[in-house]
Amino acid sequence: MYELKYDEAVCEKCETVDCLVKCRYMTLDRESAKEERLRLIRGEDSRVLKDCITCYACEEYCPHGNHPFYLLVDRQEQSETWPVPVPLTKQQIKMMAPKGRISPENVQAPVLNMCYFPMLKGCIQGRLFEGVSTIVGSDIFCNIMWLHFAKNSAIRERLPQVVNNIWQYYLRDSGTQEVICYHDECYGTYTQLAPAFGIDVPFKPIHLFQFLTEKLAELKDQVRPLGMRVAYQRPCSNRLVPETQHWVDEIFERVGVQRVDREYDRENALCCGGILRLQQREELADDILKKNLDDMSAAGATVCVFNCPACFFTMGQAVAERGLMPILMSDLCRAALGEKWWGVF
Amino acid sequence: MEHFDILHRCFRCGYCKLPSNYSDLNCPSYLNFRFETYSPGGRMWLLRAWLEGEIKTSPRFAEILYSCATCGNCVEHCVFPKFKDDILKALIEGRERLVETGAVPPAVRDYFKSIHLYGNPYKLPEADRAKWTDGLDLESYSEQEYLLYVGCVGSYGERGQKSARAVAALLKTMKISFGILGSEERCDGNELKSMGEKGLFELIAEENIRKYKKLGVKKIVTLSPHSYHAFKNEYPLLGADFEVVHYSQLAARTIRKIGFKRSEVPVTVTFHDPCYLGRHNKEYEAARKILGALPGVQLKEMDRSGKDALCCGGGGGNVFTDILGAGPHSPARVRAREAAGTGAQILAVACPGCSRMLDDAVKAESLQDNLQVMDLAELVATRLAPE
Amino acid sequence: MNETYSELAGIVGERYVSNEPEEKFIYSRDQGTMEPCDPDFVVMPDSTEEVRQIVLLANRKGIPIVPMGGGLVLSGLSRPLKGGVVLDMKRMNRILQVNETSRYAIVEAGASQGMLQAYLKKHHPSLKHSVPDAPPIATVGGNVLIHGSGHLSHAAGFHSEMLNGMEAVLPTGEVVRLGSCATSPYWFSRAPLPDLAGLFLGWTGTTGVVTKLAIRLYPNRPFNDVGVFVVEDPEIVPDILHRVTGVGLAEDISAWMTPKPDWAEGFIHINVNYSADSKDELGWKKNLIRAPLRKYMDEKTGGFMMLPLPMKKPFLEAPASQLTRFADVRKGGGFEYVGAIMPIELFPEAHQMGLDIAERCGTTYSTGARIIGMGHCMMFFFAYPFNRADPSDVKRAGTALEQTNRGALDMGGIPWKAEAPAQKQILQRMDENTRELMSRVRRMLDPKGIMNPGNWEVD
Repeated sequence: MYELKYDEAVCEKCETVDCLVKCRYMTLDRESAKEERLRLIRGEDSRVLKDCITCYACEEYCPHGNHPFYLLVDRQEQSETWPVPVPLTKQQIKMMAPKGRISPENVQAPVLNMCYFPMLKGCIQGRLFEGVSTIVGSDIFCNIMWLHFAKNSAIRERLPQVVNNIWQYYLRDSGTQEVICYHDECYGTYTQLAPAFGIDVPFKPIHLFQFLTEKLAELKDQVRPLGMRVAYQRPCSNRLVPETQHWVDEIFERVGVQRVDREYDRENALCCGGILRLQQREELADDILKKNLDDMSAAGATVCVFNCPACFFTMGQAVAERGLMPILMSDLCRAALGEKWWGVF
Repeated sequence: MEHFDILHRCFRCGYCKLPSNYSDLNCPSYLNFRFETYSPGGRMWLLRAWLEGEIKTSPRFAEILYSCATCGNCVEHCVFPKFKDDILKALIEGRERLVETGAVPPAVRDYFKSIHLYGNPYKLPEADRAKWTDGLDLESYSEQEYLLYVGCVGSYGERGQKSARAVAALLKTMKISFGILGSEERCDGNELKSMGEKGLFELIAEENIRKYKKLGVKKIVTLSPHSYHAFKNEYPLLGADFEVVHYSQLAARTIRKIGFKRSEVPVTVTFHDPCYLGRHNKEYEAARKILGALPGVQLKEMDRSGKDALCCGGGGGNVFTDILGAGPHSPARVRAREAAGTGAQILAVACPGCSRMLDDAVKAESLQDNLQVMDLAELVATRLAPE
Repeated sequence: MNETYSELAGIVGERYVSNEPEEKFIYSRDQGTMEPCDPDFVVMPDSTEEVRQIVLLANRKGIPIVPMGGGLVLSGLSRPLKGGVVLDMKRMNRILQVNETSRYAIVEAGASQGMLQAYLKKHHPSLKHSVPDAPPIATVGGNVLIHGSGHLSHAAGFHSEMLNGMEAVLPTGEVVRLGSCATSPYWFSRAPLPDLAGLFLGWTGTTGVVTKLAIRLYPNRPFNDVGVFVVEDPEIVPDILHRVTGVGLAEDISAWMTPKPDWAEGFIHINVNYSADSKDELGWKKNLIRAPLRKYMDEKTGGFMMLPLPMKKPFLEAPASQLTRFADVRKGGGFEYVGAIMPIELFPEAHQMGLDIAERCGTTYSTGARIIGMGHCMMFFFAYPFNRADPSDVKRAGTALEQTNRGALDMGGIPWKAEAPAQKQILQRMDENTRELMSRVRRMLDPKGIMNPGNWEVD
């Protein structure tokens, strides 16, 4: 059930093996990449199973849209090559389990899906979010994070119910089929991962970037350009939906900030390191964090903009200690409207 | 008793006795009496024991219940979420039960009697209520923007009257449209409520609400945080819908527009947060905003300030019942020493009850040559530019 | 009685003595499961001299004296088992001296943990003391005297090991100084003199009244962090503890196991707290502490949780207020625990015993261990909450505690700050000559048997 839409033949024929060759964390020349790819296809042991840091980037690098990362995660699970210590994985699975406390609620468009970030509800205020209905909780948690834990089985088990919950409890009787996804992960889940696993999504996901862009256009007379130099921390989840990237530049333009030119941005972005820490690769995480912060500072950024709350929580303090202001994208937009924003650090 | 089922849930862990940083005892009655019985936890356990017949009604038990100044330190610092919100409610309900038995301390009984007979705790005629206004030329309330409510302490108390006059003058300086009720003003009943005389409180409150509505009152500015608390939080439960502000909040909005003397002798001021403005209503900024705007004023905070402020001991009717007494360990005297310890020359307050308690305490500690208790409004007046 | 009252009032002032039913009620019990025992008087002295006079009076009249600090021991040790005077020491709460160079503080016995903590923070920010996880109103003295432990116990052992010296009033009224302060104006250590402080440590107030004490202070470093290592298999915990204590860089190491919240059930969490003078140093320490656990990380049998700052905060808090909150997990306002001191290799057995007893007694639980010294032993706690308003629930918890005490002794541990019945269990198993020695010491110090009678007594 929920077979991965993956075509072995496409991979076998692929000459570039970009999925592995372009990887920022494993060094593989084309020949060894081809070899490892074949091992993965055949379900054999491969160093990739152990070395992958699960940053999702190969989903973006694959020129064929053939889901090499999802295959890798399936293979990790089949071979019990756990990226994260088993007790931590089990604990996370329990922690993020649906609580079954959902009940039908009258929501009105626009509906904003806050995934399982109830602590971020404070962000949803002000003119940007006037009239927005917010949904949040374990029962609508998108569950895509199990990709980091070699637990596609948890995605297959929980995601269909989540999709059903959103539809049945919120949207079905609300007269709207659109859900704005606050988190890149949710948007990636419903537009990219769910189809790859053959899970039907009866609603239309809207990326937060699109919503913000349209709102800023609507409120353009009230926007006060912020005039700051910002670094953008692109999250791993955006690797699933790179087509949404253009909105980042558009939003930055609308709020009057300059996105600094730096090495670790866009396709070359670095992981925030959160998942590396769970994988007990603390030193690698520290190293990546340092490179990332050095890069932001060298480029003259004074602000670091996040869209992923997980990146924000993982890196925020370090960013602040480096003298840059960490801020969520939605808060940046609120700041441009002259509103107080949520902030944490 | 509605809160009976929470009394046993107090663990008596003692966080309620302390401020956030644990530096000293911060529960006024425990600080003063030092027996565990006089701590919030002791009271909870005793109240349950009394309701279950394990201990009998006694003057000691009554004193223990009424020694609480309802300052809210326990609510602020209790580490049990949700439960903490009911600590004071349970105590007040316990007092209500004791009132039903008639076994309240004599001073409490006298307080109730005075309100019942005279409408004020000073046992003075209602006609004298307006005496504080002598020579001020204040307008009677007649659909001005605000009703200025000064309460019993502001109307009758020697120290309170000074504060009331200063507040009225400040409102005039700020060009606030306001009127007073003068001899038509009645007690707000806040202390009655906290002392467990719920019936009389409701009677008074309902009468006040009727009167204010009839007069077309929409906004009330109060001298006392106690009145502010009653109007803001208790009266709406009985049908009131007035917009209520404490005078410091109103002043904080316009303080920057007031003309002050250009140069003024520098003075160090420390501020004592009143419990019913601070912990009960979370207003900690208004007074500091005012002080920050006064030329020559340097604010030096006491170790215990804001949500950690040590109560003057006057709440819960203690200004009048004096159950906490005036000894060297009374909260007012401890507070006066703490204020003096900052090196401040002025101890600023924003409550006529605190003014009286701390004024007496400063004298009892022989600190009056170094430390002067001033209401915020009085302090502002000293810095105004001549018109 | 009236005469005694008057004499007590003459010593401490009428304001600080009571024989009223209200004080008798509150001071007859603590938060735990032990039955109440009424005192005849509650007295609050303000000085060593007042304590001395009270003791002389009690001696003359043969009235029991029960010293009490914060009253938070939970195992009923400050209940007056045979009536008499409860001596509430909390008026004697002065911080007398801090020696910044030699890192010690002299405090009166009733000074609270919180007060000392705040005092150091304000006046000596480079120093701290080892804070137990009792609420901050608990006294420094009480905790030292019961062999407590706290947030520096991995680095420096039991709180009684951090004791430099004391002043005490003997049951016959003499005031003694023990430790260096017996001979020197400095309270720097208990060595090199014969260590008489042991006469008051662990004796639960049966040998005299301690009025002042000096405790060691430690560097208070500005950068603090915690790692929480999670495993499922209790059998590997002793080795993990052995490895991580061997690094010697942590300040505090403690394990916790609880069925609530749901995600915690079935896992053993080992908190490793450490501090540093710089961010870099903190990073180095982190890596050094993690290094010996690499084996388990690579085997995927254990790993450090990824803790965002808000989740870390409760683990960095001293004292940990969330432990107090355990009292109300069942909305019942009560809990008591057996803290058994035992070697760390007994961790798996102790863990299993806690689970078995909780299941058998139909109660919930919270268990855990604080590591003492470099893994020299641990204080393994078995905590059971109860509903104070439900006698059958109190009884259930009491049964669980009794079984736990026995089980801890059976496996080779020793219940800490044991309730009076548990003290009897300990004495029954104690070496006969040691037991006799304890009796002789007590008879010698307290010929009239006035000090907290009913405790540490051989029938």
